[in-house]
Amino acid sequence: MSVHTKTIAQLSQGLSSGEFSSVELTQHYLDRINASDLNAFITVTDELAMKQAQAADDKIAKGAGSILTGIPYAHKDIFCTNGVKTSAGSKMLDNFISPYDATVSHKLNQADLVMLGKANMDEFAMGSSNENSYYGDVKNPWNINKIPGGSSGGSAAAVAGRLAPFATGTDTGGSIRQPSSLCGITGLKPTYGRVSRYGMIAYASSLDQAGPMTQTAEDAALILNVMAGFDEKDSTSAERDVEDYTASLNDSIKGLTIGLPKEFFSEGLDDEVASQVMAAVKEFEVMGATVKEVSLPNSAYAIPTYYIVAPCECSSNLSRLDGVRYGYRCEDPKDLEDLYLRSRTEGFGEEVKRRIMIGTYALSAGYYDAYYLKAQKTRHLISEDFKKAFKDVDVIMGPVSPTTAFDLGSVKDPVSMYLADIYTLSANLAGLPGMSIPAGFAQKLPVGLQLIGNYWSESKLLNIAHQFQQQTDWHTQVPQES
Amino acid sequence: MEWETVIGLEIHAQLNTKSKIFSAAATKFGAEPNSQACAVDLGLPGVLPVLNKEVVSKAVKFGLAVDAHINQRNVFDRKNYFYPDLPKGYQISQLDWPIVGEGEIEITLGDTTKVVGITRAHLEEDAGKSIHDLYDDFTAVDLNRAGIPLLEIVSDPDMRSAKEAVAYAKKIHTLVQYLEICDGNMQEGSFRCDANVSIRPMGQEKLGTRAELKNINSFKFLERAINLEVERQQDILEEGGKVAQETRLYDAVKHETRSMRSKEEANDYRYFPDPDLLPVEISDELMAQIKQELPELPQEKKARFIAEFGLSEYDADVLTSQKPMADYFEKMIVNNADHAKLCANWIMGELSASLNKHQLELVDAPITADNLSLLVNRIGDDTISGKIAKDVFKAMWDGEGSADEIIEAKGLKQMTDIGAIEVIVDEIIANNAPQVEQFKSGNEKILGFFVGQAMKATQGKANPKLLNEMLRAKLS
Repeated sequence: MSVHTKTIAQLSQGLSSGEFSSVELTQHYLDRINASDLNAFITVTDELAMKQAQAADDKIAKGAGSILTGIPYAHKDIFCTNGVKTSAGSKMLDNFISPYDATVSHKLNQADLVMLGKANMDEFAMGSSNENSYYGDVKNPWNINKIPGGSSGGSAAAVAGRLAPFATGTDTGGSIRQPSSLCGITGLKPTYGRVSRYGMIAYASSLDQAGPMTQTAEDAALILNVMAGFDEKDSTSAERDVEDYTASLNDSIKGLTIGLPKEFFSEGLDDEVASQVMAAVKEFEVMGATVKEVSLPNSAYAIPTYYIVAPCECSSNLSRLDGVRYGYRCEDPKDLEDLYLRSRTEGFGEEVKRRIMIGTYALSAGYYDAYYLKAQKTRHLISEDFKKAFKDVDVIMGPVSPTTAFDLGSVKDPVSMYLADIYTLSANLAGLPGMSIPAGFAQKLPVGLQLIGNYWSESKLLNIAHQFQQQTDWHTQVPQES
Repeated sequence: MEWETVIGLEIHAQLNTKSKIFSAAATKFGAEPNSQACAVDLGLPGVLPVLNKEVVSKAVKFGLAVDAHINQRNVFDRKNYFYPDLPKGYQISQLDWPIVGEGEIEITLGDTTKVVGITRAHLEEDAGKSIHDLYDDFTAVDLNRAGIPLLEIVSDPDMRSAKEAVAYAKKIHTLVQYLEICDGNMQEGSFRCDANVSIRPMGQEKLGTRAELKNINSFKFLERAINLEVERQQDILEEGGKVAQETRLYDAVKHETRSMRSKEEANDYRYFPDPDLLPVEISDELMAQIKQELPELPQEKKARFIAEFGLSEYDADVLTSQKPMADYFEKMIVNNADHAKLCANWIMGELSASLNKHQLELVDAPITADNLSLLVNRIGDDTISGKIAKDVFKAMWDGEGSADEIIEAKGLKQMTDIGAIEVIVDEIIANNAPQVEQFKSGNEKILGFFVGQAMKATQGKANPKLLNEMLRAKLS
């Protein structure tokens, strides 16, 4: 077994037993990154990584290390990192060296983790294919002609391609779960408010949530232990104790009630994906779970609701990128209006501009009630559907994405692209935790199973996922390297 | 045609918190540009606002003081527009759910009082400052002010003259200082007034088209700007024109207003609830606590001054109309409760006159309340006369020392030694036979001549009462 196929739990053992050092491990991953053509990274922070690895080794030598000391990772380039370029995949921030650490960055540093670099992503986390990055497309490690999914495409490709033991991601409408599904890894989007958003460049503030992208549920639990927690710098983070998410991984799931929303298995779902998902559900039945059909009638409105709420918020969130204080500024502006207009026209990509336009329109006088307010009402109804469903079931399961990874460049129409998010958006709109776990292959490409839990049920989700991974080996599959 | 003026005011009061409304940066005035702007104030990518809870208490205080409905659940919204001194591209403000709802306040103008309605008061963050005249080719931006908490107090269109508007503005100005929620410094911009002015034919119910006047930084300019605007609108309407709805900047130097932007050019602010901030929930306990901590308000203080110190209605009104003056008075009477009226007279008379003359604020007066109190004490205990006291006051103002030091150094102590005064009086009577005759023949007024002579001889130090009695006795 090569070292890069090991899980975090295994690497941690190797480090503490002295089988290899963090410096050796880090160098190994850096070599793999340099040799890779997945374009998974925007910035490789090799010098910083080697310094952090050395410090971790020193700590381990003194016996002062903890379970994660010296483990390398890829950090989505949406998290501010002090002294390191933080671009959010945009030309707009190509010259932005963050002067401060996001809370998540700070916590990962505190845990002695080693940052290999900043992972590629769709510009400002807007996209489902990672084709919207200023730094180029990311390729799917299972087939380099396919998209890795988005917006955390670089993170997913890095973990699936074993360029990093784990990566951070953010999920506004599926951006952790969908690329995890398409790249065959484990991804967790926690309950809204579980992980601090401070220093995470905002796309849609009421939906954004950070989480771990890993090989296994056990690894996800280890990383969530570090990422989660109340932050006084984020008013929307929950003042709620952090559990040890590894504590209940081994609990039996006998008697678990699984809800299958009929709306998640309707028209548009690829047959092979559907049968892989159903096979996974069968596996749970074998393990002692029972299955029930549930209904989420308003999930039909998830796409229009999301594509109002998120653009409205982003149209305002991205206003600070005005070319005045930092970031891209156009050449020789002739006046203030010109400075704004050209800096933003030249600095933002097409999809970002499209969403700013949609949001600006929807918030305008005379349209606000018809769009923004209506969307808020629908959002509430979507949450109510889940509330009702969770009275009868412990977890909701279904597909993550209607298809496996599609060809790079094949989806040109934005609305068709938005349809790829159909099963993931509801969890964000309701603020619920969701996971994607590897559940087989279709057309030689990974298929993910989605788990959606009730609020604050991360431990339960991780337990369910871990138990599944004890019985299956989809998560251990590694793409062939060319 | 006879016109009626209709005025509503929007007052921006900077709340005097140590740190900003959504960040930990300091709020001190006059610091090095951009030295009090942290990552949050700069609007860096990824930063988030966290509400400074102190502003909530201060806003509630104001609401309670104007008998307003307090929205115990209120919401912050984003007001979106682009400007270089607005770092995030939106201002965090409150639209549909302001913290303070409808209230009212009574104003006095001469003998008449009037109640002015307060539409609402909401919390928001101040913008930075754009400085256009520092560099030739650039505008400089100072973000020290960005994020200073503001309470925007919106009145009903209840004022009918510039004088009423000023009376209302002064009343609010006094109130926020009493409540100790705003320092009220208009020069530094911590208390700013915008005026919405329109006119309509007398008797007409429908409001005319209004213009909003901005950039007014004193009560004097407020009155001038409104009167100027009323004239401008009258001229337009009487010539058959139409008043445009617009924002106009007042230029105090040129004494003119000029159009800043028309209604058509106005921004569509695209307000929506700020998803970074939870709605503010004010508990009943906090409400009760704030109510209990409310300081004595101007009306209450005035009533107490009358009841406790026997001041006249007028004196009490003047003293309480400005918090620093009321404070000064209260400090003076700590050791001088028997001479309250005298204290009031000295503050409203000599002290105020000197402050005016030197264009000083009361807080900057060179004579402290304690020192002035001592001077009044010396009048009260007959050490010096009121007339001499004025000279002592002048010396104190010029920094020559305390009242006692000056009295001692200049030998201004009143002569109360009967023997010594008698010698002088006898001499004056002996040297002025014709005047003595006049007095004896019934010219009472001539007594003043003798008093004057005696005062001259004693350099004003003779006790006037003693002197009068003695002269009368000797002359009759």
